[in-house]
Amino acid sequence: MNMRVIGGWLLVVLALAAVPVALPSAFYLGIATHALIFAIFALSLNILIGHAGMSSLGHAVYLGVPAYAVAWLTVQAGWQPVPTVIVALLMGTALSALFGILALRASGLGFLMITLALGQVMWGAAYRWVGLTGGDNGIRLPARPALLGFDLSSALSFYVLVSIVLLIALCSLWQFDRSAFGACLRGTRDQPRRMSMLGHNVWLIRWAAFITAGFWGSVAGVLYCFDYQFVSPQALSLPQSAEALLMVVLGGAGTLAGPVVGAIIITVIKTVVSSYVDRWYSLLGLTFIVVVSVMPRGLVPGIASWLRGKRA
Amino acid sequence: MQFWIVQSLNSLAMGGLLFLLSAGFSLIFGLLRIPNLAHGGLFMLGAYLGATLLGGQMNFWLAALLSGVAVGLLGVVLEAVLLRRLAGNEQGQVLVTLGVSFIIADLCLMAFGGDPMPLGAPRSLRPPVFIGGFAFPGYRLVVLGCALAVAVLLWLLLERTRLGAMIRAGVDDREMARGVGIKVSRLFSAVFFLGAFLAGLGGVIGGPILSAYPGLDADMLPLALVVVILGGVGSLPGALVGSFIIGAIYNFGSALFPDFAYVVLFLPMVLVLVIKPTGLFGRVLR
Repeated sequence: MNMRVIGGWLLVVLALAAVPVALPSAFYLGIATHALIFAIFALSLNILIGHAGMSSLGHAVYLGVPAYAVAWLTVQAGWQPVPTVIVALLMGTALSALFGILALRASGLGFLMITLALGQVMWGAAYRWVGLTGGDNGIRLPARPALLGFDLSSALSFYVLVSIVLLIALCSLWQFDRSAFGACLRGTRDQPRRMSMLGHNVWLIRWAAFITAGFWGSVAGVLYCFDYQFVSPQALSLPQSAEALLMVVLGGAGTLAGPVVGAIIITVIKTVVSSYVDRWYSLLGLTFIVVVSVMPRGLVPGIASWLRGKRA
Repeated sequence: MQFWIVQSLNSLAMGGLLFLLSAGFSLIFGLLRIPNLAHGGLFMLGAYLGATLLGGQMNFWLAALLSGVAVGLLGVVLEAVLLRRLAGNEQGQVLVTLGVSFIIADLCLMAFGGDPMPLGAPRSLRPPVFIGGFAFPGYRLVVLGCALAVAVLLWLLLERTRLGAMIRAGVDDREMARGVGIKVSRLFSAVFFLGAFLAGLGGVIGGPILSAYPGLDADMLPLALVVVILGGVGSLPGALVGSFIIGAIYNFGSALFPDFAYVVLFLPMVLVLVIKPTGLFGRVLR
């Protein structure tokens, strides 16, 4: 590990630690926590978009289903937090394994449409199956539970937990990126036919990537439920999937920092703007168009190449 | 017995409605390779325009035609201003069309409010029709007739006219078509007009059944996707057959298992994907 890498990680840890110092009020800390949870979610989607080169428009499934699982198991079944979290993560991951088999029957646009349709199935189920999900009213979590003796009820303690999970996610996705498997995955993105000629099982590599993305999405989903203490069909909706896609593309697909930057920007805009105007969907739509037209490669690669150009 | 007859007729009418919705989507997707996720928004915009025009006592068919043309022109602008520069960039096209659909939905909510707006069927078509002794809303059969007429006209346009031949040439080999003097970009505008026109027209013709309400776009887009995936991407016969299959499942599903109707709707899609990923009538895509 060279000095720059260590410096980079130190900077991330310092930035995460600086937020509660700079923004001590529970309100701002809450917004920062939302942003970090969506950063984890965007990182998970980036495995598909950036590394595997497959655009998914149904990723909200892995946010919403574990969130529903946490809420339902806690409220209706009265489970303890630890088994609840484990089962919710398993459910989200297992669902990604199943949906992966279906979605990977196609590639490119077909993949995108199938993920969209599967996402709508789950949304429709959450919306109409009132007996299980409470329909449009959703399920409310009475309180944030204590996890392994760690009290999460205060804004600061929950922020610390989310930061630690984000750091773990960043570390493992960074290792994922550098691993042989990461290289294989990029190979299937750029040259699928060559990869399969070299003896790699392209389908299996993509499926593994889909499940990895589903797992990290589920992690974000569990945190999402603890964060808002509420889950409704909105967590499974197409705008939710699209927002995550926008975060990844805005920050820069295929980079480690991009989805985090994109998630922070979108969450801040959303929170700040929706408190002033109620035309958030128009603004979101406009952001889509501007991002694609002005910076198709995203902020992080754009700024990086601009800096390199200056130095040269 | 009555249940089965009425539901079968309803299924056919729903199938016709779905064909009006998905034909334009399939056309744009199949010919231009653009996944126009604003299609549901265009359909809803057509319904709202139709409701407004009908509110002004305009003739139903004139209102349908005018709404279709207005939505079609909007489609042309979208294609020329936003989508043309993104040729080949599928993810960009997806994001931009989705962005447009969010803007349409939000502006419709702002302009027309949150209450559903009814669209009245033409008065002469309102009385029920008696089939085998059972009364059946006559307008539903009109929707079916419209869908079949549109299917025939589209087929004639694409397979039997010079314009259709040029469109097919532009799709098969864009460079070669340019080389023999076909203005491909103008052709693409024409296809986009046609696709968006069908969405707007479908919104008005389907209006007396569905009415115009916020969220109509989000309800219809997945239906269009399922029809197109089931029938095979870019295939008009596929869209027609897919529409009637989904129409039947939608109707019998909501009548027999109301809680699960929405989920049941997607089962045939899943089944077809597992058995034949290109859809019933689809060709292999890249």
